[in-house]
Amino acid sequence: MMKVIMGNHALSYGAKLSRVQVIAAYPITPQTQVVELLSEMCANGELDAKFVKVESEHSAMAASIGASAVGARAFTATSAQGLALMHEMIHWAVGARTPIVLGNINRAMGPPWSIWTEQNDSLSERDTGIMQVYCESNQEVQDTVIQSFRVSEKLLLPCMVVLDAFYLSHTYEPVDIPEQSLVDEYLPAFNPPYRLDPDDPHTFGSLTDSKWYYELRYKIEVAMNKARDEWKKANEEFENLFDRGYGLVEDYKCEDADLILITSGTITGTARIAVDILREKGKKVGLLKIRVFRPFPIDEVRDVLGGAKKVACIDRNISFGHSGIFFAEVKSALYNNSNRPPIWGYIAGLGGRDVTPETVMEIVKRTEESDTPEELIWIGLKKG
Amino acid sequence: MSEAKKIDWKGVDDMPEMAVSLSSMRVNKTASWRNLKPIIDYDKCKPCGICWKFCPEPAILLKEDGSPVIDYDYCKGCGICVEECPRKAITMHREER
Amino acid sequence: MIEVRLHGRGGQGSVVASKMLASAILKDGKWAQAFPEFGVERRGQPVTAFLRIDTKPIGAHYRIYKPDHIIILDPTLLGQINVTEGLKDGGWIIINSSKSPDKIDIKGNFKIATVDATEIAIKHRLGSKAAPIVNTAIIGAFIKATQTVGLNSILQAIKEESPAKPEENAMAAKEAYDNTMLE
Repeated sequence: MMKVIMGNHALSYGAKLSRVQVIAAYPITPQTQVVELLSEMCANGELDAKFVKVESEHSAMAASIGASAVGARAFTATSAQGLALMHEMIHWAVGARTPIVLGNINRAMGPPWSIWTEQNDSLSERDTGIMQVYCESNQEVQDTVIQSFRVSEKLLLPCMVVLDAFYLSHTYEPVDIPEQSLVDEYLPAFNPPYRLDPDDPHTFGSLTDSKWYYELRYKIEVAMNKARDEWKKANEEFENLFDRGYGLVEDYKCEDADLILITSGTITGTARIAVDILREKGKKVGLLKIRVFRPFPIDEVRDVLGGAKKVACIDRNISFGHSGIFFAEVKSALYNNSNRPPIWGYIAGLGGRDVTPETVMEIVKRTEESDTPEELIWIGLKKG
Repeated sequence: MSEAKKIDWKGVDDMPEMAVSLSSMRVNKTASWRNLKPIIDYDKCKPCGICWKFCPEPAILLKEDGSPVIDYDYCKGCGICVEECPRKAITMHREER
Repeated sequence: MIEVRLHGRGGQGSVVASKMLASAILKDGKWAQAFPEFGVERRGQPVTAFLRIDTKPIGAHYRIYKPDHIIILDPTLLGQINVTEGLKDGGWIIINSSKSPDKIDIKGNFKIATVDATEIAIKHRLGSKAAPIVNTAIIGAFIKATQTVGLNSILQAIKEESPAKPEENAMAAKEAYDNTMLE
């Protein structure tokens, strides 16, 4: 059924269709409607799940871990400072191998207070071991929640579904909400190999010295590494059932492109418009959207970018003292590759600053006119 | 119910994904840590449940009449019950094994 | 692609109006996107919402700077903010006003349509007399002027999306549609 819904509700519908059993969340702008709708669904019986009211995001993730540990499918959602407060428990969810799905609405970190989009909140969780997927439409948000449970539960790794504040969270778009029976066919019930069970009590996560901690870390990396193929498989089957799908990366008009732009999140749709305008003017410009950020799609990035003469990466985030984070990731993926096009790094749209097709075209122009790559270009900075 | 197993593996291939004890805690008895043993003097005990509340394991169970029983299979001998008992009804004794 | 900007005040239903229009456009077999001016909304404060209409899925995710049409839910905004900013030549301005279009004191290369949405809202008991909710009435005038959305689609969308009084809201839209004054 096609319905016009906001991005936040796309997360809620994704969770509902996945038949989540426990939802533990704490409200924060711009995430609030995600849990408002889910709590309504629990209250009116549409969704047979336990809604756990908690006093903080730290507790939201802790409760989700407990739920997942007993074998329940658990979902939570947050944003910015809430995600930062959850940080310790995200490490725990990974180490405990609890496949929780977390919706995060990208919001700039304070101070100064901001409620608008920026990716520094989710990217600060880069090294925890949670998978990360960046979405560009409400349809993709809903579908990614469903896909995430499938991949997460297979690998016993949590996953973060990421969407831009307001540009998706509060934007209404038509979304195809599939039949429950079709989702049931796609997503089997969660059946973990180990679970907290009073009838068969085991200890979990107790003190593990250096004799085995190292091996347990290795096993997280093995799962992350497998995740690349699992996402591809999960998507193939999703396409078969639902007639739409998404890649680890998505390339647009890259085959013959001299210059390839790199984007993530909602800047992608805007950049496609810019690519179309530039193509009409005869410029060979392409676009690579990075959708799955963890695990990082190293092979796909190498494949798509290998033939380009120049690459320009647009980051709605910054690792202070270095560069844009996607820029750094792409650059490191290319370093040991035989084809290494020069890459320019642009910081744009922090704190929800609008990124328009004109912004993207300015980035293309500046890259075209430059002979030596620059790693940190602040586009649209007000000077004076 | 599985038998007690030593929590050890050859390497990454036979390990579980997370730190989990392979044998059930029903058979994996943890009282071997104990070198002092709490003993309840039931003449002094006026069942109040405080030892049951404080036992961190929990290795103190309550009978139907509310009186406490120490489960020596899991009691690690931490002595918290001794500290907390308001009637000084629990005392520590040297473990004889 | 057709782009629309809505001006109202917090509590009048500008954002809901944009969503109702998007739902109706979907019923027409087209693609739509509706979004508020991103920020903090308060009752009485000027509020802006946006709407995009296209024949294919909409990938644009940025503010609308050059709208094709403008909807003004509250005539007192006319003197307070530059409501015509960026409006494309030949576009429609739909204003909630009891005046006829030629009596509206804004000039430019655009067409004006008016409807007394406040009176229609009060008549159908939408909101209160002190704070009538005029969004569904102004929608009726918008589709009369621009013909961008089918009347049946919008009436059905209003019935589905109204937080309260679905029938009354649909009647208000129809009454506004029938009584819109076009330049």
